Amino acid sequence: MLLSLQGVRRTFGGLAAVDGASLAVGTGEVHGLIGPNGAGKTTLLNLVSGLIPPTSGAIVLDGERIDGLASHVIAARGITRTYQNIRLFSALTAADNVLVGAHLKRNAPLWRRMAFLPSAAAEERAARAAALALLARVGMSERAFERASNLSYGEQRRVEIARALASSPRVMLLDEPTAGMNPGEVTAIADLIRGVARAGHSVLLVEHNVKLVMAVCDRITVLDFGKVIADGTPAEVGRDPAVIAAYLGGEAAA
Amino acid sequence: MGQQIVNGLFLGSIYALFALGYTLVFGVLDILNLAHQAVFMVCAYAALVLVGHLHLPMFAAFPVAVLLGGFLGMAVDRIAFRPLRGRSDSNIAGLISSIALATILEAAVVQVFGPDVERFPFGAVPTRSLKIGGAVVSELQIVIIAIAIAMLLGLTWLLRRTRLGRRIRAVAESPKAARVLGVDVDRIISASFFVSSALGAAAGVLFGLAFNNVSPDMGRSVELKGLAVIVLGGMGSMPGAALAGVALGLLEVFTVAWVGSSYRDAVAFGVLFLVLVLRPRGLLGSAALREA
Amino acid sequence: MTSSSLQDLWLTYQSTVAFIGLNGLLALSVYTTLSCGQLSLAQAAFMAIGAYVSAILTFHSGAPFAVNLAVATLLPALVSVPLGLPVLRLKGVFLAIATIGFGEVVRIFFVNLDYTNGALGLTAVPQRTSIWMIYAALGTALFVLWRIRGSRAGYALEAIREDEPAARTMGIDAARYKLAMLALGAAFAGLAGALEAHYTYMVSPSTYSFTRVVDMLVYAVVGGTSVFYGPVVGAAFLTALPEVLREISARVGLAPGPLRLFVNGAVLLAVILFLPEGISSLPRRIRDRLRARREAHAA
Repeated sequence: MLLSLQGVRRTFGGLAAVDGASLAVGTGEVHGLIGPNGAGKTTLLNLVSGLIPPTSGAIVLDGERIDGLASHVIAARGITRTYQNIRLFSALTAADNVLVGAHLKRNAPLWRRMAFLPSAAAEERAARAAALALLARVGMSERAFERASNLSYGEQRRVEIARALASSPRVMLLDEPTAGMNPGEVTAIADLIRGVARAGHSVLLVEHNVKLVMAVCDRITVLDFGKVIADGTPAEVGRDPAVIAAYLGGEAAA
Repeated sequence: MGQQIVNGLFLGSIYALFALGYTLVFGVLDILNLAHQAVFMVCAYAALVLVGHLHLPMFAAFPVAVLLGGFLGMAVDRIAFRPLRGRSDSNIAGLISSIALATILEAAVVQVFGPDVERFPFGAVPTRSLKIGGAVVSELQIVIIAIAIAMLLGLTWLLRRTRLGRRIRAVAESPKAARVLGVDVDRIISASFFVSSALGAAAGVLFGLAFNNVSPDMGRSVELKGLAVIVLGGMGSMPGAALAGVALGLLEVFTVAWVGSSYRDAVAFGVLFLVLVLRPRGLLGSAALREA
Repeated sequence: MTSSSLQDLWLTYQSTVAFIGLNGLLALSVYTTLSCGQLSLAQAAFMAIGAYVSAILTFHSGAPFAVNLAVATLLPALVSVPLGLPVLRLKGVFLAIATIGFGEVVRIFFVNLDYTNGALGLTAVPQRTSIWMIYAALGTALFVLWRIRGSRAGYALEAIREDEPAARTMGIDAARYKLAMLALGAAFAGLAGALEAHYTYMVSPSTYSFTRVVDMLVYAVVGGTSVFYGPVVGAAFLTALPEVLREISARVGLAPGPLRLFVNGAVLLAVILFLPEGISSLPRRIRDRLRARREAHAA
C-alpha cells in the first residue's frame, strides 16, 4: 500500500476527534472518506498532511513513517492537498498560485536569476508553461491571469486542485472539492479526479456528495465519531448496515 | 533590604498601573496601543498645569487628569483604531497608527511646553516621611502605593461585578459572539479604551509626582517597560500584569543595588526576551480577561 | 543657474542626499523581513553591530574600507540566525515585542561596554563614506530585492506572507525562508550602520534606540510595502520633508522640532488610514481614478 494509517488517534482537550483510525490507499487508487459532519474527516486530512501531529498511531507513506514530520517535509515526500475552506493566495493570480504549488519541482537557484543567466529565464518559461498547462487541464485557461480573490467559488476550487497537482504528488488529499459547485461543475471534477488517478496519482477524497463518491471511488472508508465503521468497495459500503444506520440512516431519521 | 523592597513596590505599582491599561486593550482587541505612553505623558502635563497654573490642590487635580486621560483614550480609539477595524492587516496597521498619534501628541506637548523637564511647584508634593522598621517611607510613596492598590481593586470589581465588565469580557472572548448577543461592540471597545487610558493617566501623574519630573519623552521608557510587564504577566491577563509590574519594580531596584544602575534596563528587556522565547504565554497563561 | 550656485545647493543639501540613501537602506531592511509577513524591530540593533564593528576595525586594523563594510554586513546577518531560530516561531505582535527586547538588550550592552566608551560611544571616526558608496549599497539592495521578486523564492515569500500553513503544505520550508530574510534584513541594517558611522564621524548607542526602528518602519509604511522600492520612496519623502519644513517654520514662526514631529505623525496617520499601500501607490491610484472618470464620460 502506498499510504496507510494505523490506529491513528488525535485528541483535543480530552476529546478524540480521530479515534484509532486505520485505512490504506493503493497507488493510482481513488479512496473516498465519508461520514457525518464532525466525524473527523478534515482532522484526518490535517494529520496526514502534517498540519497537526497525531496523538498516537502511525502514518506510513511507501514504507516510511511520516507522522510527526513537518508539513513541508511531508509535501516533499509527495503528499499535497486542497482545503475545505479554500486557501488560495488571494493576492496572486491563478497562474501564480499554481507556480507556488510547483515549488518542489522547480530547480531555480536564485544566483542564476541574479546573474541573468539564460538557463534561469528558460526554467521560468518552462515553469510558467507547465502552470498554464495545469490550468488548462482543470479548465481554467481563460482565467489564468485573474487574481485568485476575483474568481468564483467553483473556479477557486479548480485552481486549488491545479496547485496541489503542480508538484506531481504521489498522493493528493482533496477536502470537499465540489462544495458549492453546480451539477455541471461536479461532473467535470469527477472526470478530473478519475483522470488524475489514471495518471498515477493516488487520491484521498473527503466529500459530502455521496453520489460522486460512489461514482469515482475505488474504495471507501466511513468514519463516525472519529472511528472507522466501514471500509470496502462502494458497493460493499453501500450495503453495510452500520453505515446505513450511522450515516445514511441518520439522515433518513432526521 | 527593607528599603529596597519598599522602593521596588513603589516603582512596581506605577508599572502595574501603566501595564494594566496596556493589557486591557490588548485583551479586548489583540492590538498594542502604542499611544498609551502618550496619554500617560499628556496627563502628567495636565496635572502639572492644574496644580501649577490653576493652583488646584493635588487631590483635586488627580481625578481631573485621570478623566481627561479616559476621554483622550476614547479619541485614540476613534482616530487610530476604529477606522482600521476589519482590515486584514489591522494588527500591524493599528500598531503604526497609534505610533502616529503618539508622535502627534508629543509634538503638541513639545510645542506648548518645550522639550525640557518640568517640575511640580514646591509644596504640591508631600515631602514628609516616616520610618517603618528599618526603611524610610515617604508619605508620597504610601499614597502612590495606596492609589495603585485601590485602582487595581476597582478594576477587578469593574470587570467582575458590573454589566460593563461582563460585556468587556464578552467582547474580549469573541467580538462576533458578543455582537450576536446584542452587545454594541464599538461602544464596549470605546469604554475599554476609556478605562485603559484612565489607568495610564493615573500612572502618568503618579510617575511625574514620584520623580518630580515631567518631560515630553517620559512615556518612552515606560512604554517599553510596560511591554515587558504585559508579556511577563501573560498578554491580556490583568492579575498577571499587576503581579509582573510589581515584580519588575522589585527586580529593577535590586539590580541597581546589587549590580549597578546602568544595568537596570537590561534586566527588563532580558526578562522580556527570555519569557517570549521560553514561555510565550507569560507567568499567568493566556486565559486573558476571562479570569479577570 | 550658474555653476557656483549649483555648487552651493549641493553643499547645502549633500547631507540630506546622503541620509536619503541611508534611510532608504534602513527602510529596505525592515521591508525585507516584512516581505514574508514578519515584523522585526531589531533592525537598530543590527545597525549598531555593523556600526561598532566597522568603527573598531577602522581604529585598530589597517584593513581596507571595503573589508570593513563586508564584515559589518555579514556579522549582523550571522547574529540574526541564532536570534531568529527561537524568535521566528512567534507570531505578529509577539515577534515585534521579542525583537524590541533584543534590540534594547543590544543597545544597553553597548552602553555598558567600556571598550566602546560606554554611553558616549566612539567619536572621531574617520570619514570614509562617500555618497556614491551609500547609493551603491542602496542600489545593490534594490537589485537583490528586485531579482528575488518573481523568482521561485519570491513566490515562496509571497505565499508565506499570505498563508504560512498553506504555503508549508506546498512544500515550502517557511522557517528557512523567514530566517533567510531576517538575515538579509540584518545585513542591510549592518551595512547602513557602518556607512552612517563613517559619514557622521561617530557611533553613539543612543542612535540605535527604539525610536530609530520606529523611524525605519514609518519610512517603509509611508512609502508602501506592496512593492520593493516603496520603502525607499517613503524614506526619501520623509527625509527631505524636514528641509522643506525648516523653510516653512522659519516663515510661520513655529519651532522646527515640534512641527517636524507633528508632520511626521500626521503623514503617517493619513497614509495608514487613507492610503494603505503607501505613497508609492499614488501614481497608480491617480491613473485608475482618471481612467474611471474617462470611462464615465464616454458612457
